[in-house]
Amino acid sequence: MSVYEYIVRTKDLSKFYVLGGTEVRALDDVALDIRRGEYVSIMGPSGSGKSTLFNMIGGLDKPTKGTVFIDEVDMAQLTASELAFLRCRKIGYIFQTFNLIPVMTALENVTLPMVFAGLTTDDALDKGMQLLKTVGLGERYDHKPTELSGGQQQRVAIARAFANDPAIILADEPTGNLDLRTGKEIITLLKQMNEEKKVTVISATHDLKMIDVSDRVVWIRDGKIERIEERKDIELQVGQMEYEEE
Amino acid sequence: MGSVLEDVAGKRGIEKQIVLPWSRALQMTRENIFVRLGRSAITASGIFLGIAFLAAVLFGASAARLQAAIDFERLGLEHEAGELQARIIWLAAMSLVVATVGIVNSMLMSVTERYKEIGTMKCLGALDSFIVRLFLLEAGLLGILGSALGALVGAGITMLFFVGRVGGWAGILEAWVTTAVEIGGTGIPLWLCIIFSVMLGGILSILAALYPAWRAAKMAPAAALRSEF
Repeated sequence: MSVYEYIVRTKDLSKFYVLGGTEVRALDDVALDIRRGEYVSIMGPSGSGKSTLFNMIGGLDKPTKGTVFIDEVDMAQLTASELAFLRCRKIGYIFQTFNLIPVMTALENVTLPMVFAGLTTDDALDKGMQLLKTVGLGERYDHKPTELSGGQQQRVAIARAFANDPAIILADEPTGNLDLRTGKEIITLLKQMNEEKKVTVISATHDLKMIDVSDRVVWIRDGKIERIEERKDIELQVGQMEYEEE
Repeated sequence: MGSVLEDVAGKRGIEKQIVLPWSRALQMTRENIFVRLGRSAITASGIFLGIAFLAAVLFGASAARLQAAIDFERLGLEHEAGELQARIIWLAAMSLVVATVGIVNSMLMSVTERYKEIGTMKCLGALDSFIVRLFLLEAGLLGILGSALGALVGAGITMLFFVGRVGGWAGILEAWVTTAVEIGGTGIPLWLCIIFSVMLGGILSILAALYPAWRAAKMAPAAALRSEF
């Protein structure tokens, strides 16, 4: 038996699409166990199925077959409102394109999940400001997304993902739309939150900078897991990644 | 740390644990309307025109009735006037149907524009009913605003035409305020007519938004997030 406690487990997870008459296997019998509190990067080229995997784990899309267990609960068994509850309080989502609500200020974006969770306005505002300060944007709480840079928008999105103290943070290409330096800052921030708040971070990415901070890296290709690397194996390779530095 | 889902699996009434207070929904709707003023204006203009036409038809009938009274007083002429003709009511009803279809179209566009936003809201835990509520509120508010303006403009223009033709305000305004429309011999005052028009406009707008709002709410979050607008 394993010594680890698993927060997410997938079993035979598959997603097939029919494109132009042919079946595309975006995910093909994926079995993946994710440990509580770890920082996992799901790596692979675009089209490898990592975003599909992200959607399945986040309960954003239904698998063709197979199951996702979050804390041993089969996600397919949840009702629509239980699923909404899960998304609201237990999972925080971060996207490549930030996905802030354009008509709302930074603070309103961060407090929206708290409103859904039933916090009073005062509590939500206090907590929202606290989170914005944590991500270094305390001064810009009143700005709309269009008045913020990409990196700043992603910081707001991270603050929003942490709004209801989730157990899992799901990030889909969080650095994909950012330059090298800003991307690094976002990765550092995610790692810092991972360590401070003991939250499990699952990040789908093809940004090699992410390897540095990951406890494990899951390589995906053509909808299947190619290999899983542990932190200790990775450290040997980090030297080779130095070309990534500016 | 306990199970992530311990409170999900056991408890009933999960819906009550996810909330969107009306005050916040109203605030979000207001922001949506003002930030997308162009689209909001298009949505509202459909019902504005429909209600303006309805008001013009109703007030036109009472204008004709007043005209008949004046003619009788001045010239001793007596003629049949002032009854709402079935054909004209039919025309007004048709124009309202057209206005409603216009709102359906414009709300569908509005939903399409906001796919990604809807998907994001669902990721943050929004229930389907929140999405429906936001879209219906928006349509209702726009409908009420549009039809209030429409009623005033429609009635105003008819009044101005009539006053111009008769050549004076004396007694006319007062007669209008107390009996703006006469239906089956009963006079209906102006304020009641305007309230009726505004309610009609609001209800039609909300009906028109039902299908678009339902479509928005039923979308799987992943599909909503994938779309690029």
